[in-house]
Amino acid sequence: MFKIILKRIHHPTMFCLLVGHFFIANANEFEVRGNIEVQGRFFTEEALFPSQHDQQISLAAAPEFFWSWNDNKDSLEFVPSARVDQHDSERTHVDIRELSWVHVGDDWETRVGIRRDFWGVTEFQHLVDIINQSDSVEDIDNEDKLGQPMINLSVVKDWGIVDFYILPYFRERTFAGPEGRPGIPFIDVDNALYESNQKEEHVDYAVRWSHSLDDIDVALSWFEGTSRNPQLQPRFSIDFEPVLVPYYQQISQQGIELQANLESALLKLEVIHNNNSLQDFWALQGGIEYSQYGVFDSNADLGWLVEWGWDERGTDGNSNFQNDLFFGNRLALNDVDSSELLFGFSYDLDLESTSVLLEATRRYGENIKLSLDVRLFESNDPQDPTYLFRRDDHIQLTAQYFY
Amino acid sequence: MSIKLKKRLLLAAGLVSSLTFASTFALAGEAEDKGLAISKEAKARDIGWTDSKATLQMILKNQHGETSTREMRLKSIEQENDGDKSLTIFDSPRDVKGTSFLSFSHIEGNDDQWLYLPALKRVKRISSRNKSGSFMGSEFSFEDLTSFEVEKYTYEYLRDEVAGGENCWVVVQYPLDKNSGYKRRIVWIDQSEYRIQKTEFYDRKNTLLKTLTFSDFHQYLDKYWRSQKFEMVNHQSGKSTILNYTNFEMKTGLNEKDFNKNALKRAR
Repeated sequence: MFKIILKRIHHPTMFCLLVGHFFIANANEFEVRGNIEVQGRFFTEEALFPSQHDQQISLAAAPEFFWSWNDNKDSLEFVPSARVDQHDSERTHVDIRELSWVHVGDDWETRVGIRRDFWGVTEFQHLVDIINQSDSVEDIDNEDKLGQPMINLSVVKDWGIVDFYILPYFRERTFAGPEGRPGIPFIDVDNALYESNQKEEHVDYAVRWSHSLDDIDVALSWFEGTSRNPQLQPRFSIDFEPVLVPYYQQISQQGIELQANLESALLKLEVIHNNNSLQDFWALQGGIEYSQYGVFDSNADLGWLVEWGWDERGTDGNSNFQNDLFFGNRLALNDVDSSELLFGFSYDLDLESTSVLLEATRRYGENIKLSLDVRLFESNDPQDPTYLFRRDDHIQLTAQYFY
Repeated sequence: MSIKLKKRLLLAAGLVSSLTFASTFALAGEAEDKGLAISKEAKARDIGWTDSKATLQMILKNQHGETSTREMRLKSIEQENDGDKSLTIFDSPRDVKGTSFLSFSHIEGNDDQWLYLPALKRVKRISSRNKSGSFMGSEFSFEDLTSFEVEKYTYEYLRDEVAGGENCWVVVQYPLDKNSGYKRRIVWIDQSEYRIQKTEFYDRKNTLLKTLTFSDFHQYLDKYWRSQKFEMVNHQSGKSTILNYTNFEMKTGLNEKDFNKNALKRAR
């Protein structure tokens, strides 16, 4: 079944505004690019749940259309994205990553439509980043994001850049379906609960000031609205099956981002304070990225990453990284094929679980990129969310064609 | 040597109290003053270009002779009393298309650099130590591509020699930045127009690492000379990189607002 995640988006005014603008304007630049990919996941252990499979093949495409006019002061970008998965009906989905009109003024710009925007400085967890919902069916690392409808005004001053956002529609997090792996087969995404009775139509607001002063990057942000990170609440389905139901709270979140460049090192810190009706809390993610250039008597660069994640609620909260240590290496060979090797390791200091990621990428010719990912999970504590992934060690092969 | 330059050198020397140094140091002092004077004049002749735009083709060649081509566009803006600002937008290979790089080079202190990764919509700061790191897998390091500032080096004039078919002054530049990948660079500056014809790069162990030759010079706005072809050969690895500039334009009307993080995110 081809499930359309965007089916509930119905903002005709925004679409008319965008489309109208495009057709009236005389586009003087048009560009298409994008990529298609084929991906295979191969699991090394028997699945924990009988509905899951040992291998999973999928196809995905993400074309990008771009128009600009008025001497590049106006532009329209359209980026649909689709994946068809062999088994997982939830992972088979389409999304509009971008459909937005950008107008550039003198020291300001407006961005209206569906967009993605990233906030933050750390590598292993993005605490401050809150504008977009995670597209978790793409990858459990939550790096893939769903397009977010917004009106964004960005003002550039000598004392920094200020972004104002109105976010008129909420996107629910995607989760793997019963046959998806890695995944939890009993998450009931069709009956998500909300604290606000406006549900996904609650209008959220955000503002962020960011500035760079010599070797320091700093940002402060404020978000009012629906939490992107759901609480998974145990319930019974209509068939009296135990399920986990995503519950989306109303929150007010303040964020601090700090990054200092000291010689070869980047010191990074993200702190959030989250006010909500269940339990207010502080959380932080911080660490260091150290880079060596020209290692092994070659052009290769080697990066070292160490970070720590902490959440005041401890193991009672819905954070996977309440007291976790992260370690990583990034080796870029700087060869003709842009070969790169990434190693990441996380260890939960409370629950003593570990997860390991190994990622190798290389370009073949001008247009093809191959990635090999290995993911390993180790957990012995049923309290730990990783416990449900303990048999999901896998190898993932991805071939992408760029045009 | 032209009379004009002699006058300039005397003037420069007169401003420096090193004339009073013991005569044994006089020779070394003269070579330093002459090297500095040539470099100052080369920089002075290159002030006032305001901003520029160019399309670049970078051809990487490995030790087996295999080649790979990268394409990018470069926008630069001149800064008064500081290093230039530049924005580089990558067009190929296709998997890095849309990636862009913002750099504020400084006379004193570290350069500020940010990379925009379009797939993640993320602006990522680059550690300023990357000076000696490879630019896009090429034989050019980041520091080879930043703007020349007189204050970043000390100088020593060596000799006169022909390079690129021109009579040149051969000047050694010793980087003051401890993060530089080089112990010294030797530059061949032509006596007719103060253009760099050739540069030799010596690594931290003072071994010849790379040679860069400039050719296909064009003059813009009846004043500013720019080479359209940079050829870098790495003697230690046997690899090389050719940079071809096309569609070079000066005074295109770019301004400061084209070089901030919003412009970086928008670049394509």
